[in-house]
Amino acid sequence: MIELINLCKAFDDNVVLDNVNLTIKDGETVVIIGRSGTGKSVMLKHIIGLMKPDSGQVMIDGQDVTRLGGKELNELRLKFGMLFQGAALFDSLSVRDNVAFNLLEHRKMDDDSIDRRVAECLELVGLKGIEGLKPSELSGGMRKRVGLARAICMDPKIILYDEPTTGVDPIMADAVNDLIKGLQSKLKTTAIAVTHDMTSAYKIADRIAMLYKGKIVESGTPEQIKNTSNPIVKQFITGAAKGPITEDS
Amino acid sequence: MSGWITHLGERFMSFLHYAGGITVLAVRTVFWTFMPPFKRKPILEQMVKVGIDSLPIVFLTCLFTGMVLALQSAYQMQKMEAKLYIASLVALSLTRELGPVLTALVVAGRVGASIAAELGTMKVTEQIDALETLATNPIKYLVVPRFIALFFMLPLLTIYGDIVGILGGYMIGVWRLNILSNLYWDMTWNPLKVKDIVTGLVKSFAFAVVICIVACYEGMRVEGGAEGVGAATTKAVVISFILIIAADCLFTALFYFGFSF
Repeated sequence: MIELINLCKAFDDNVVLDNVNLTIKDGETVVIIGRSGTGKSVMLKHIIGLMKPDSGQVMIDGQDVTRLGGKELNELRLKFGMLFQGAALFDSLSVRDNVAFNLLEHRKMDDDSIDRRVAECLELVGLKGIEGLKPSELSGGMRKRVGLARAICMDPKIILYDEPTTGVDPIMADAVNDLIKGLQSKLKTTAIAVTHDMTSAYKIADRIAMLYKGKIVESGTPEQIKNTSNPIVKQFITGAAKGPITEDS
Repeated sequence: MSGWITHLGERFMSFLHYAGGITVLAVRTVFWTFMPPFKRKPILEQMVKVGIDSLPIVFLTCLFTGMVLALQSAYQMQKMEAKLYIASLVALSLTRELGPVLTALVVAGRVGASIAAELGTMKVTEQIDALETLATNPIKYLVVPRFIALFFMLPLLTIYGDIVGILGGYMIGVWRLNILSNLYWDMTWNPLKVKDIVTGLVKSFAFAVVICIVACYEGMRVEGGAEGVGAATTKAVVISFILIIAADCLFTALFYFGFSF
């Protein structure tokens, strides 16, 4: 279980997270929605320990990530897989070495076993026979899928998705959504995705939470979010130009 | 007046912040250098990039410097009928001073800029964050191989630069100024002592640390996309140049006053 307890983070005067409280149960897929720059990615980075909060806690299976460092934090991170917004593939490595990065760095496996595992992961994301290519030779959608293959290579317990459909065309976005949905049912992992793409959110989420002005203003199933009476959430999900969000900013 | 003092204070604080950041990175790099796992492949790859790939530019720089040194000193030496000493002047200037400094400046421009740009691009494309999420220490994975490669390759490049520079001086001395070949070599090696080469090498070890740490520090703190990468690359080269010259001055004074070389 993942628990964010009174999480606060500010950059100078800009308060990004203001006493955020959120609980994510094992096996649940939670999508955090919100406008660009509201702190969704910052929240993800706190969960995986890339950022330290000003105050508050991030509890993962009873361990406070904010208090961990060095070896303990790295051991915890091995339970995670993370898909970055731009995939963040290592340019200098081939697709095979990108996907197998954790196996090469943290597991003593022979080359054949690594190759088999890489092929399995690439097949899961619908890519075959591209092990020898460099990231610069891949399209945006392929990079996302290779990033996803890297994220699942170590059979993580928790997967974090940072804007999984940003930067890819609508057809590829839907394919990525299907992929995420398929992985969730196949691997039974806990997943947290941040996005402002509502089509994606409705498709992959068990629960949607909206982050606005540093706080979670609404949380519920996709159906509950669709039928919300909260004017802020309503404006965001309908994409209306006029409403409380634009009036406030 | 108060605005001026505030500005000065801010600049001083930013200098302290920078110096602190550089020091922390240097200490962490040395610490992780001795921490397992030890992987040969990334170090060898960096050694090729830093060392082998720098051979042509170091060759040209040091060859021409040796030639220019011989030609410039020939003006005065010929007047004093002492052109034989051109060989000694070229050898000593190169091994003690110009070889280490010029090689370090060339490597700072070529390798330092490339390290800052590569790590900077990795930072803005979240590859460094990705490394951390993959339970891998960015200093161990990115900085240490570059540090070890520079630490061993820069002194080797310096020795290579010294030899090439001396050859440049030889070409002018023997082929243009008509000094006898065996006399030129005698006048090159006779005044040259081990300490001359050692002082040059000690400097180049220090320059290697400066180039690596400054370039990695600048690269790893890039913000703001392509513009930030460009600014960090420029800054890495400029700061390395200044620190190399400052360190050279410090070491020369240290050897002169402290160790009576």
